[in-house]
Amino acid sequence: MLFQFNAQNQKKFEELLSHYPTKVAALLPTLWLVQEQEGNISFEAMEVVANLLDVSPAHVYSVATFYTMYHLKPVGKHHLQVCRTLSCALMGSENLLEHFKNKLKINEGEVTPDGRFSLCAVECLASCGTAPAMMVNETYHENLNVQKVDQILKELK
Amino acid sequence: MNAPKKQLVLTNRVGIPDSHTLAVYQKTGGYSKALSKTFSQTPDGVIEEVKNSGLRGRGGAGFACGMKWSFVPKNTGKPTYLCVNADESEPGTFKDRLLLEKDPHQLIEGIIIACYAINCHTAYIYIRGEFDLSYKRIHKAIEEAYAQGILGKNVLGKNYALNVYIHRGAGAYICGEETALLESIEEGKGQPRIKPPFPAVVGLFGCPTIINNVETLSALPFILSEGATAYKKWGTEKSPGTKLFSVSGHIQKPGVYELPLGYSLKKLIEENCGGMTAGKKLKAVIPGGSSVPILTAKDVETMMLDYESAIAHGSMLGSGGVIVMNEDVDMVWALKNLTRFYAHESCGQCTPCREGTGWVDKILYRMLHEGGTNEDLNLLTDISHNMMGKTICVLADAMAMPVLSYIKKFPDDFRNHFRRTGSSPRAKVI
Repeated sequence: MLFQFNAQNQKKFEELLSHYPTKVAALLPTLWLVQEQEGNISFEAMEVVANLLDVSPAHVYSVATFYTMYHLKPVGKHHLQVCRTLSCALMGSENLLEHFKNKLKINEGEVTPDGRFSLCAVECLASCGTAPAMMVNETYHENLNVQKVDQILKELK
Repeated sequence: MNAPKKQLVLTNRVGIPDSHTLAVYQKTGGYSKALSKTFSQTPDGVIEEVKNSGLRGRGGAGFACGMKWSFVPKNTGKPTYLCVNADESEPGTFKDRLLLEKDPHQLIEGIIIACYAINCHTAYIYIRGEFDLSYKRIHKAIEEAYAQGILGKNVLGKNYALNVYIHRGAGAYICGEETALLESIEEGKGQPRIKPPFPAVVGLFGCPTIINNVETLSALPFILSEGATAYKKWGTEKSPGTKLFSVSGHIQKPGVYELPLGYSLKKLIEENCGGMTAGKKLKAVIPGGSSVPILTAKDVETMMLDYESAIAHGSMLGSGGVIVMNEDVDMVWALKNLTRFYAHESCGQCTPCREGTGWVDKILYRMLHEGGTNEDLNLLTDISHNMMGKTICVLADAMAMPVLSYIKKFPDDFRNHFRRTGSSPRAKVI
């Protein structure tokens, strides 16, 4: 079945269009809306978005792949994004990332077989004063250490 | 996040419970004196006040704010736009996040003042995709402001219309570059534009546009309500006012500190931040976000936190992201961490940057894991010189400057990674 917005998101989409003098300017927020509804952004959805905004599917693809936060493939129920940039690295984020890999038995960019967790390393989350930090979906977790992340994993069902 | 120790211009509400709500903002003097002073004078009068305050852009470049506003042409028949740069992604910087989370109404009041000054009726807040709490707080604050008639068709009954929209980024450092930010809104892919024309003349949707950082705009309510002279009480002659410094790394008390410009970097580290952790010695400091040249412990002795002193010490004040490193840090490892960042974040538009960031990162990887040679240092220097000033935006420079400064200031760290004579010839490039 072709992708389409549910009634609530269709309304949100129309509201978004009113924010800009051109249709294409609503591309980033429209892709966010697709991801909010579907969990990830499929090629089919990109084609639908292209039609909605009067641009080519190639243009939508070039934008969706330019950014790191749009998921082109499904991610885990809990998407772990571990900061690896300097301030976090100084405070031990490399060890943390290794710990996740060993514990979840997956590499960066992979999902656990049960679909619960996916893991990736990300660049600076602007959480340098509370390093090391990570995001689980959209929630920040800061001042981490191995014990703390084990506890977090345990609590994420 | 630690609350700033000194309360001056920007962070006065940070410690107050529910500081992000309209009720607290109004109770503490918000949307009152600054706006009545703004609307009681001409837009040019507001620009003049901001010029007099000497406020410089706090995003990194330090360009005079009032001066930038005065570049907006009048009577073009086109709308003028304000874009708020809330795409804070410079490694080591987390000050705008604090302002967005703790005092979103101060930002909105700053937006109203700026828009009035440049005759703008539509503002976009470009917020980085990762900032979920910031997004929620600013979204809620905008809703509250519309409901109270602080935003909308008739701002506070002053016969002035202003709409503010939020545009969420989706994870790309380059979108903090002002023309990339415009592209990201207009077309989607954040690839910087050639300047000139400057955005003040040809910006968003081909119209005059001002792009200001969150911290710059957040200083406006104080400047308008208390006056330029009160603002200039702090800081130095050329760098007036206060600035937020995000301090991270091997120090006792990391966090955001609001300080008068011209404050001693050594004092910030030793007194405000309580010194180094674990009794270690200071080795290096990045004073203004990862893109600026690095300082040695000796440089730190004399450097003051203002734009001029930073330049005199061979670095820059940038975004005020202070990363402190102790004696155990291998500067080749630290640099390699950053070159990976820039290689990952290069937008790919200009060859010197796309190729240069990648090659520098690979050479450093090899040096770190398989050993390097003196020839590698020459090559890194050569590549860096061929990147600087040769691209559309300064991302290439933002990597080349650290590379050159790390090699110059910490040559021994690089020599420690040289292969011993007789070891295997040049290893494979990964």
